[in-house]
Amino acid sequence: MQRPHIAVHKFSSCDGCQLAFLNAGEDLLELAQLVDIRHFLEAGIADEYAQVDIAFVEGSISTSEELTRIQRVRANSRFVVTLGACATAGGLQALRNLDDSNEAWKHAVYAQPEFIQTLDQAEPVSAHIEVDFELWGCPVNGQQVLAAVQQLLFGVTPLDPRDKVCMECKRQHAVCVMVTEGRPCMGPVTRTGCGALCPRFGRDCYACFGPAENLNTDAMSQRLQGLGLPPSDIARRFLFINSHAPAFHAAGRPFYREGFADD
Amino acid sequence: MTERRVSIHVPAMTRVEGEGSLRLRIEHGKIEELALDIFEPPRYFEKFLEGRRYHEVMDIVARICGICPIAYQMSAAQALENAFGITPTAWVRDMRRVFYCGEWLQSHALHVHLLAAPDFLGFDSVIGMAEKHPEAVRRGLRLQGLGNELIRLLGARSVHPVGACVGGFFRAPTTEQVAAMRDRLSAALPDAEALVAWSAALPVPDDDQAFVNVSLRHPSDYPFAEGRIVSDNGLDIAIDDYDQHFEEQHRSQSTALFSALHGEAYLVGPLARLNLNLDRLPAASRELLAQTGISFPSSNMFHSLLARAMEIHIAVVEAMRLLEYYAEPPIAHVEVTPVAGVGCGATEAPRGLLWQRYELDDQGIIRDARIVPPTSQNQARLEVDLQQSLRAFGLDQADDALRLRAETVIRNYDPCISCATHFLKIDVERR
Repeated sequence: MQRPHIAVHKFSSCDGCQLAFLNAGEDLLELAQLVDIRHFLEAGIADEYAQVDIAFVEGSISTSEELTRIQRVRANSRFVVTLGACATAGGLQALRNLDDSNEAWKHAVYAQPEFIQTLDQAEPVSAHIEVDFELWGCPVNGQQVLAAVQQLLFGVTPLDPRDKVCMECKRQHAVCVMVTEGRPCMGPVTRTGCGALCPRFGRDCYACFGPAENLNTDAMSQRLQGLGLPPSDIARRFLFINSHAPAFHAAGRPFYREGFADD
Repeated sequence: MTERRVSIHVPAMTRVEGEGSLRLRIEHGKIEELALDIFEPPRYFEKFLEGRRYHEVMDIVARICGICPIAYQMSAAQALENAFGITPTAWVRDMRRVFYCGEWLQSHALHVHLLAAPDFLGFDSVIGMAEKHPEAVRRGLRLQGLGNELIRLLGARSVHPVGACVGGFFRAPTTEQVAAMRDRLSAALPDAEALVAWSAALPVPDDDQAFVNVSLRHPSDYPFAEGRIVSDNGLDIAIDDYDQHFEEQHRSQSTALFSALHGEAYLVGPLARLNLNLDRLPAASRELLAQTGISFPSSNMFHSLLARAMEIHIAVVEAMRLLEYYAEPPIAHVEVTPVAGVGCGATEAPRGLLWQRYELDDQGIIRDARIVPPTSQNQARLEVDLQQSLRAFGLDQADDALRLRAETVIRNYDPCISCATHFLKIDVERR
């Protein structure tokens, strides 16, 4: 039997989600036996045009070159799986979409902005092509990625945990930092998958895994208000790593003001 | 003189972090064009930071780079603490070094084994290399894994860790967790020693070049998270004075900037650190370096890989020392009261000096942010190196050999292209 072909593609991102493979240690070597890795630049394998069974995509789409490239990835791949917050929801760089900051920021950062070619918005992969499966998280959890790979190789739709970080806290016997310490924890609206790391480390969740299923952002906002957060701070809790995810965008946008700053 | 025309274009560099391409044109035995183009899209981190509260900074800057998030967090914490006039406790300073040891271990082991070594042993990737050199690769993966474990001890996860805050850490590890980590570190020491010997024996090219080394220097220890900025041509400045000596330029074909020290290219990173801090090595590391028979300071850029291996050893030895008499502290972080002000921070990222500066108002809201990553500081030096290395290698070599040599030179710097783009704010003439 021919080994399945896979590819790992990078777009606008920090490389942290690809590390799910590169940090996998022995599992990386084992994976390389099970599948034929056809394209993975950071690992030293370059064949951008390879036809593959599964393409993993890291990063958001933020330039016209990237737009052309992601369409080619789609055409050459049986399954397209997004890897992490940037590819799935636009990531931190999607903050520039909020007030059409692209032009202004380009001029503020670069002396020769005419050399910088970017799309007006930094968007998730699904804004441009059909995506077969999305892995949330900033970064994705390595075990979650390897489990998804395994499930896809067996021809099974990967498990997609969508319940809330709160549920994970209960499973881990973690003490609630919102109830006991009044911290503005985003656990009640955030998708699980990280292992409830922040509450277990004594801090409030900052929603890096994106919106959970059946979330109630109005109640969340009211609770944050009750904890004494001014509206702009509530907006910033939603408009952070997953600001382009529709549920968070809708919750944070009404309170959003230029530059987020308090008056 | 040869009449041969060579045109080499590597559209997408492999085994580097991020997206870059290489163009090389040789005509009549002369290099007519040579450029490492960085086309990684900009992400504008310095602009995201404006209007955010000080305690949001750590989780934002981590996202600049998945391989060295701790470096960004540590420079930011230092800058914000300086702005607020806060001095972290001795425990916090020690644990930040341990945290940083984890990142050096992880990042250096990744670079040595997965990115750089295949060049010197004739492989395209670590996967091919693992078949012929399984023990060396497994040792590397073990050290990389140990680095990730050390990061998790203080940061909960190894990519974008969540444990550090302005003022210290959210939570202190328990003595049991630390005892288990100490055992793992001592067990890894033979791996680190063997790696240094292995790296010293790698067949790297002999290519001496003249360059200026720049790094932090600490009063007593090998530099990680604090120190003054020094060079081997007489620079010795406080980190607040960085701007008066270093400047950045923006060029076309690039979303990164180029830095210069008094108008000249310079080197940051493992080789520069080792060259400038030989008298700050832990005794065991100094002895190990002497056994390699390779003399330092070295002006052979290809000794960067050995310098990385040495720093893996330093990281293991330092983490063992700092955790030896570990006791849980009464508090893991000092309380922070924001005041209006300006603060700078500089620490040694795996790839070299990482400098940041923040301006805050009295509510602790960021009004201005600047971040200068190591890769943009090395960019000018890398171009000079490419020119010199290729000429020394011989421009009459076959195309494939020239291309591989050029790629090897670039990878030797461990460029982090995601880091090099996205910020790099400079004085802009606004129309």
